[in-house]
Amino acid sequence: MYGKYVSKKLNEKRMNNLLEIKNVVKTYGDFTALNDVSLTIPKGSVFGLLGPNGAGKTSLIRIINQITMQDAGEVYFDGKLLAPNDVEHIGYMPEERGLYKGMKVGEQALYLAQLKGLSKSEAKKRLKYWFDKFDISAWWDKKIEELSKGMAQKVQFIVTVMHKPKLLIFDEPFSGFDPINAQLIAKEILQLRDEGATIIFSTHRMESVEEMCDYIALIDQSNKILEGKLDDIKRAFRTNTFQVGVETANPKEVAARLKQLYAVFPADFRIINEGLKLNVTLKKGENPNDLLSFLTSQGQVQHFVELVPDANEIFIQAVNKNS
Amino acid sequence: MSKLKLIIHREFIAKVRNKSFLIMTFLSPILMVVMGALVVFLMKKNDEKVKDIVYVDASGLFTKANFKDSKTVKYQDYTALGLTETKNKVENGDFYGVLYIPKKDSLELLAKSIEFYSTDSPGMSLMGGLESKVEIHLRNLKLTHFEIDLMQIKASDIDSDIKMFNFSGEESSKLINGLKIAVGAIAGYLLMMFVMIYGTSVMRSVIEEKTSRIVEIIVSSVKPFQLMLGKIIGNASAGLLQFFIWGVLLFLISIVASVVFGVDMVEMQTSKIPADQLNAAKEVVNPDKIQLILQEISRLPILKLFVLFIFYFLGGFFLYSSLFAAVGAAVDNETDTQQFMLPIMLPLILGVYVGFATVMNDPHGPIATIFSIVPFTSPIVMLMRVPFGVSWYELAISMALLIVTFVFMVWIAAKIYRVGILMYGKKPTYKDLYKWIKYKG
Repeated sequence: MYGKYVSKKLNEKRMNNLLEIKNVVKTYGDFTALNDVSLTIPKGSVFGLLGPNGAGKTSLIRIINQITMQDAGEVYFDGKLLAPNDVEHIGYMPEERGLYKGMKVGEQALYLAQLKGLSKSEAKKRLKYWFDKFDISAWWDKKIEELSKGMAQKVQFIVTVMHKPKLLIFDEPFSGFDPINAQLIAKEILQLRDEGATIIFSTHRMESVEEMCDYIALIDQSNKILEGKLDDIKRAFRTNTFQVGVETANPKEVAARLKQLYAVFPADFRIINEGLKLNVTLKKGENPNDLLSFLTSQGQVQHFVELVPDANEIFIQAVNKNS
Repeated sequence: MSKLKLIIHREFIAKVRNKSFLIMTFLSPILMVVMGALVVFLMKKNDEKVKDIVYVDASGLFTKANFKDSKTVKYQDYTALGLTETKNKVENGDFYGVLYIPKKDSLELLAKSIEFYSTDSPGMSLMGGLESKVEIHLRNLKLTHFEIDLMQIKASDIDSDIKMFNFSGEESSKLINGLKIAVGAIAGYLLMMFVMIYGTSVMRSVIEEKTSRIVEIIVSSVKPFQLMLGKIIGNASAGLLQFFIWGVLLFLISIVASVVFGVDMVEMQTSKIPADQLNAAKEVVNPDKIQLILQEISRLPILKLFVLFIFYFLGGFFLYSSLFAAVGAAVDNETDTQQFMLPIMLPLILGVYVGFATVMNDPHGPIATIFSIVPFTSPIVMLMRVPFGVSWYELAISMALLIVTFVFMVWIAAKIYRVGILMYGKKPTYKDLYKWIKYKG
């Protein structure tokens, strides 16, 4: 009775997650690429898979794509153990982009769509939609080698998403795009998420992580060292440091008074009028409101910002701590 | 359509649409015929040139009757002029050469003292012809010396033609042996050519997918094994189509060429067949013997030959091309393939050499038998042996071994392939390949 209840509960939990990776181990000879890695990727999220080069990201992605098999551990896709047919519900854009250079754009896209299980007529319909959307219908009969790199990237994006997969895996999706097209692709990715797709987003370009990801996991030296909601992680990494700027006639005096009350560090940022500029770190139990009211009593407060670590800093901190 | 079919279709179309494929398909038969016609034409021209040879016979033993003129060589007696003068004439270019027969005490001594002078060095056949003329006459002289009647010797000449039977009661002849050799040699040689051309084509196709990096996208949709198999079948189909077109074109062009240029195509083909078979063939080129040829051909086990040809052809091609695919997967570019190509090419070439060297002389000898059973050479050597009739148990062992090896090698190749296609950078060593085979999943 009890066991059944638990497994039902577990299944329900699994249903909310599109992908669950449990204790996955992958070795190549003596080299361990993934060491007991577990991840949970909720449905409808953009999940940032971060890590330095050679950390094991690609190995993990290849296991999800069933290009290679893990040595140990399980992967659950949509509540069930990952099965060969699931490849039809996964779209994958590898970091090293690739298309047949001598093959025509349209034929190539049709071929790749059919390999993902679409019928020829359905594939044609969807390709027309995407080609119109990106305004590239004129390229249908061109060979890939005749296109520019950016153009080929657009085709690559289309063949990744056209079979409407439940799971989309993008490895460094913005590399090779100019800022305008990168923006276009980012918009499309977010729209696909809003339409219900789950997105794994592997990158080491942190500014795009801030912009796009709901969840992140950090892999370093074959181990997962961090996982969770981006906001939660940021909160965990906050240092309670505030950047303050006060316009006052007597900055040195105010600084001296502040030093008696709080831990103070020099700061460098721009404000319109010259005045006192400092980083103030609060200790446990100290309230930012108290700091603010103290500052208002000393002069005109022009700048008061909590220094929240961005993804980049979290990345560097976590990796440094791990090694 | 299943995924394997899709892959086969794409590989086939990609190969067939390739410009070099089109050019090769339509140009090479034309080139082959033109080259062949050129050789025949030149040989004819060569034959038309007559060589004038004079002889100075100091011994007085020879007459003009001993030097009968042929189509290409004419003889004249210049004994009267003397050797020195005649040599001068040869030097001036009046004649091709001069044969000097000195006067000696014994025929044996004479036989060793005959000299030939010419401005350019004469060919083997010319010298052979001269020597045999001299030998025949000197032998006849000796026979007369021993008081043996030449007419009796002539009359004692007898020509035996042993009829060959096997225990299933089939009669065979030298002619059909020639045919069997030809059928076997063509089949074996075709297989080798096919493996070399289309095996490397499979390899190139793998390398192309690897360097264009599309392979990672493809294997996220299909199993690497499916991709490899699809490639091999797709390339083989394109190859078979090309061979078929070559066959048809060669046939058509030969007809056209023989009509237009008057070049006898039979002559062209027979010029490649060794001389003794040629003689055997020439013997039968009178009308009532043509029927005999057809009879002989119909006596070859055509159906059995065809089935076995298909089996060994496909078996051999799959065995080798899976290895080519593995090599393509292991490297990043074509220049790195060489170290792995040698061990693949070696048994292939060995098969053809062993086939030509042993099967023709002794189709059931130990070497031919062993090589027709060892899997890597069996497709070629067995194809050469099959027309001579191979016992069913040898065939069974050879085919079973080929199937087992084929499955095993495809399995090994697929292991290397699936790891190799995703490996970039370092050129792998054999040790690396061994490691890849041991990787799980």
